[in-house]
Amino acid sequence: MKIIKIFKKSGVFAEDKDIARELRLKKITPLLKKEGSIVLDFDGVESATQSFIHALISNIIREFGPEILDRISFKNCNDTVRQIIKTVVDYMQI
Amino acid sequence: MKIHIPNSAWLGNIDPFLKSFDTSRPDKLEITAHKQWISVHPVVLSMVVALGLSCKPKNIICEQIEAKSKHYLKRMNLFDILKIKSGIRIEEHEPAGRFIPITQVLTKQDLTKFITDMVPLLHLKPNQAQPIRYIVSELTRNVFEHSESKIGAILCAQYFQKSNRISIGIADRGVGIKETISESYKVSSDSDAIRLALTPGVTGTTRRIGGTDYNAGAGLFFIKSIAKVNRDFFVIYSGKTLYKLLKTNRDKPVKLYGDPFKDKHSKGKNFPYWQGTAVGIDISLDSKEEFAVLLELIRNTYSKTVKERKKEFYKQAKFI
Repeated sequence: MKIIKIFKKSGVFAEDKDIARELRLKKITPLLKKEGSIVLDFDGVESATQSFIHALISNIIREFGPEILDRISFKNCNDTVRQIIKTVVDYMQI
Repeated sequence: MKIHIPNSAWLGNIDPFLKSFDTSRPDKLEITAHKQWISVHPVVLSMVVALGLSCKPKNIICEQIEAKSKHYLKRMNLFDILKIKSGIRIEEHEPAGRFIPITQVLTKQDLTKFITDMVPLLHLKPNQAQPIRYIVSELTRNVFEHSESKIGAILCAQYFQKSNRISIGIADRGVGIKETISESYKVSSDSDAIRLALTPGVTGTTRRIGGTDYNAGAGLFFIKSIAKVNRDFFVIYSGKTLYKLLKTNRDKPVKLYGDPFKDKHSKGKNFPYWQGTAVGIDISLDSKEEFAVLLELIRNTYSKTVKERKKEFYKQAKFI
């Protein structure tokens, strides 16, 4: 299972959605196309914006369908990051 | 243009200040100020600087500021950023307080620096920093992505010990909300545009509810909601319209709405035309609500509203 460390690119406050989009296009999507499952590791990330998480995962849910969430695990998320991920995952399935 | 920095202009009483500014001759700016005392919200200073940076420095006339609190304007960088010789000197031993001077944010790097500097400058604890940097990031990125503002975003912030709150002001001189929202929605007024811009799932980049891979149409709704849950003011001014979220009384439960017009608010549609957008917000640091709890509340309202909007757009098969 491939682990993608978000902090390395985003820093403590994950707010730059260009970085999020780049992570998605260059790492997450290609891995999901060939690997079984991936882990998005938020270790070190204190906070994130909804824009960042949206740019990171919304199009993956749209492109692969909600079933893709069975192959993505979110690791080391504090309460704030967890709530924002839940928000994006929620509204992308409505 | 003429703008007068008044004796008092906070989000609760900002309307007379906004109504008084003169938009004629947009290439020139005349700045006057109250003679005795000036006590204003950061958004007032951001707006003055946004107007000034839209003119050539030689076309800015600023009267000699006499108010006793003139040093505050100097410390907030008002004169230096507009290249005005104020003649005001600051003694080094004077306490600096907790504020972020008026800053022109033109690039992503500027924004990252502003957010990084902000936390120690305002002496924020980690739990206090979360909503503040969230607001600054989302508002400034809106300017970068939607406004086409040639002067970027003009930001400043101040901590007020007595009320234990942070006030933030951000202004741009871009295309304004109406033009941005009009790219995807038919809107007839600034008021309609602001209403849509504050509605969950609406973005100027697409009519699709929930947005694109890059824009969800959530930023302003989140920010207004952060203010509401904290029972604080939130003001947004674009074109001729001012929308003001009023404080929720302490003895009433907070309820979030997808439609900003259902919130306790005031609005005016005939203010002097502001080319671009200005936002002012107060965040109380007394709030005991954890940011994550607040986000959960916002998530529930956001999802509910997006669901309702999707239903509105759902088309039935037409059998004839």
